[in-house]
Amino acid sequence: MVGLFGCPTVINNVETIAHLPNIVEKGGEWFASIGCDRNGGTRLFCLSGHVERPGVYELPMGTPLEELIFEHGGGVWKDRGLKAVVPGGSSAPILTAEEAHQVKCDFDSLASIDSMLGSGGVMVLDDQTCIVKALSVVSHFYAHESCGQCTPCREGTGWIDRILHRILAGEGVPRDVETLLNLSENMMGTSICALSDAAALPTRSYVSKFQSEFEHHIRHKACDVEEKLAAALS
Amino acid sequence: MPTLTIDGQEVNIDAGSTVIQAAEKLGIYIPRYCYHPGLSVAGSCRMCMVEIDKFPKLQISCYTPVRDGMKISTDSEAVRKGRRDMLEFLLTNHPLDCPVCDQSGECDLQNFYMAYGRYESRFLEDKIKRRKAHPLGPHVVLDQERCILCSRCTRFTEEVSKTHELGIFNRGNRSVVDLHPNRTLDNPYSGNVIDICPVGALTEREFRFRCRVWYLKGASSICSGCSRGCNISIQYNGTQRGYKAEGRRVQRYKPRFNPEVNRWWMCDEGRFGFEFIDRKRIESPHLRRSQQLQYADWSEALEEVSKALQAAREKLGPESIAVIASPQLSNEELFLIEWLFGKQLGVKRMGWRNPAETPGFEDDFLIRPDKNPNSRGAEEFAFAADVGEILRSAADGQIKILYVFGHHFEDPAGIEALEKADYVVFQGANWNATAERADAVLAGATHAEKEGTFTNFEGRVQRFEAAFPPLEESREDTEILLDLAQKLGFAPEFFTAEEIFEAWQGKHYEDLQEYGKTLVELQR
Repeated sequence: MVGLFGCPTVINNVETIAHLPNIVEKGGEWFASIGCDRNGGTRLFCLSGHVERPGVYELPMGTPLEELIFEHGGGVWKDRGLKAVVPGGSSAPILTAEEAHQVKCDFDSLASIDSMLGSGGVMVLDDQTCIVKALSVVSHFYAHESCGQCTPCREGTGWIDRILHRILAGEGVPRDVETLLNLSENMMGTSICALSDAAALPTRSYVSKFQSEFEHHIRHKACDVEEKLAAALS
Repeated sequence: MPTLTIDGQEVNIDAGSTVIQAAEKLGIYIPRYCYHPGLSVAGSCRMCMVEIDKFPKLQISCYTPVRDGMKISTDSEAVRKGRRDMLEFLLTNHPLDCPVCDQSGECDLQNFYMAYGRYESRFLEDKIKRRKAHPLGPHVVLDQERCILCSRCTRFTEEVSKTHELGIFNRGNRSVVDLHPNRTLDNPYSGNVIDICPVGALTEREFRFRCRVWYLKGASSICSGCSRGCNISIQYNGTQRGYKAEGRRVQRYKPRFNPEVNRWWMCDEGRFGFEFIDRKRIESPHLRRSQQLQYADWSEALEEVSKALQAAREKLGPESIAVIASPQLSNEELFLIEWLFGKQLGVKRMGWRNPAETPGFEDDFLIRPDKNPNSRGAEEFAFAADVGEILRSAADGQIKILYVFGHHFEDPAGIEALEKADYVVFQGANWNATAERADAVLAGATHAEKEGTFTNFEGRVQRFEAAFPPLEESREDTEILLDLAQKLGFAPEFFTAEEIFEAWQGKHYEDLQEYGKTLVELQR
């Protein structure tokens, strides 16, 4: 492998490189003093989804997620309630509303509750969101992006995508929940790159933390979120 | 050299080797699809995963370098589960083609499923549809649905044949193997992709639906197509019902691994060029009666030939007899010819090289321009006379008995020689221009029907064994010559091919070991 123009090359995210002038100018201790223990500096949080003020917010590491969403982001939009938050890009395990209210935004805190800070892409889901549909959107993305080289990712992402399609079409069967959980396990740690894990982690967390929604879709061939909405409107 | 432990057994292997190679050295087979020792490592099938002490996740053994002190398990619960999971993933989109797939019986999906799978399927979705029965070239058919995307075939066309016809297109589970635009898979080694494809995605056009592989038996042999001497397995009809075989005994050739000669490969011309074994065969001796070649049995034919030889020798001396041996014959047969005609009958006019034969196609891989398997072998015997001279002498009427082995003389010099010689004996397996003009035709056998050795162009002596007995009334050439010798009153002290080999080299067949030995090595 050779670098750009045959020279030694460092490849990094733009966010990382953008921090460098400040660190060089003001020093490493300055950078580490912002944020919290072992998670220094600021982070660019890309807040999106069902909030009043989506945008990019530069905040110190360790900022409570609650503060990011409700103070800076203006809270959940249209006066709706918070259902779930994906804290670090589409491959981060999803957080329930309760977890979102309690966790701080840094690597260690999120890792300790089996999620991840990842890219800092915080996606907020309100209480009118169907989690099954949300997972289907994410899974379809991974199935489409899989390069196809290695077996678990190539076949696993496609299989998960098709199971979710089937469930949403009203043709789910009870064992689908177990199959989805099992497939995710089998896809983790067995592939060439992390895309397989990136597809497996959300699947495992959405299905296990919102299992009742999946079961409702399968048993009743209908979305319980939509049903509640329809009932509320009538 | 690092020492590591695999399944409790210690192994010592060169640094730079991978775990899968270390396991192989211990005789432990790790299941794999994309790994092939003759190709670069892809590491994509994930089937060869093993458990290594102190590594949290399973590691692929084809790409993990060995380190001193490594402790590896190829059979733990985690490894077995990993294999089962990978099989499950591979089988999700794999079509249920076993009943119509040629690979059945030698398919690594079947084999590994029976060994490591055996789970109940829980796949309820529709399988992805792709192209089926798509001819890629003159010899290879592709079924994209059966393909497990191991990339062995694409790596072969890149690294071995270096012709770059195949590639993988699209992405994810829409990936397919296919030809690059406007290309055909017609390189001289295209058949090898059929061998390396672990499943029925790449199959042989000629062999399609011809015979189920469990009916086949294999004989370790040497290809007779050129002087390279690629090691092959002649796979023939063992137990398939006769009416389905259409008179064909040989079903296909497969290459055998020989690190010194052909490694894992063979060329298409050799692989598909075995029709001569079952077609246009001389099925019995023939004698010319009133201008016509007619059926004769062996005692009649040998009686006539031996009487002719004796008469010629007594009345006109051995100079009136000429022998043209063939580089298609084995070393054992050539030794017998030299012994019988040269030593016993005193014939000096003995040659072997057909002057009208021109060198054929050659490349920088396996194919040699000399399309005979034993030219180098023939050089070791006393066949020093120039065949062109023999033919001219025959045309001048100086030859009473012209004994030809196998050669096809259709050039003007050859034909004149055949017509002017008093008595022409042809000994060979297939009808050709010489046999049709002969006075006595002795029905010989192909190399698939006898045992012996060939010496390849590098001087490597390699054994071949018989697949089946000679067709109809044809006979092994050593037997014909030994019978002829007895009729002429000589008493040979060797009878089997091995005895003849021992008389020739002073060594046993087992001294040739697995991959043959060069003449230099044998004479040490």
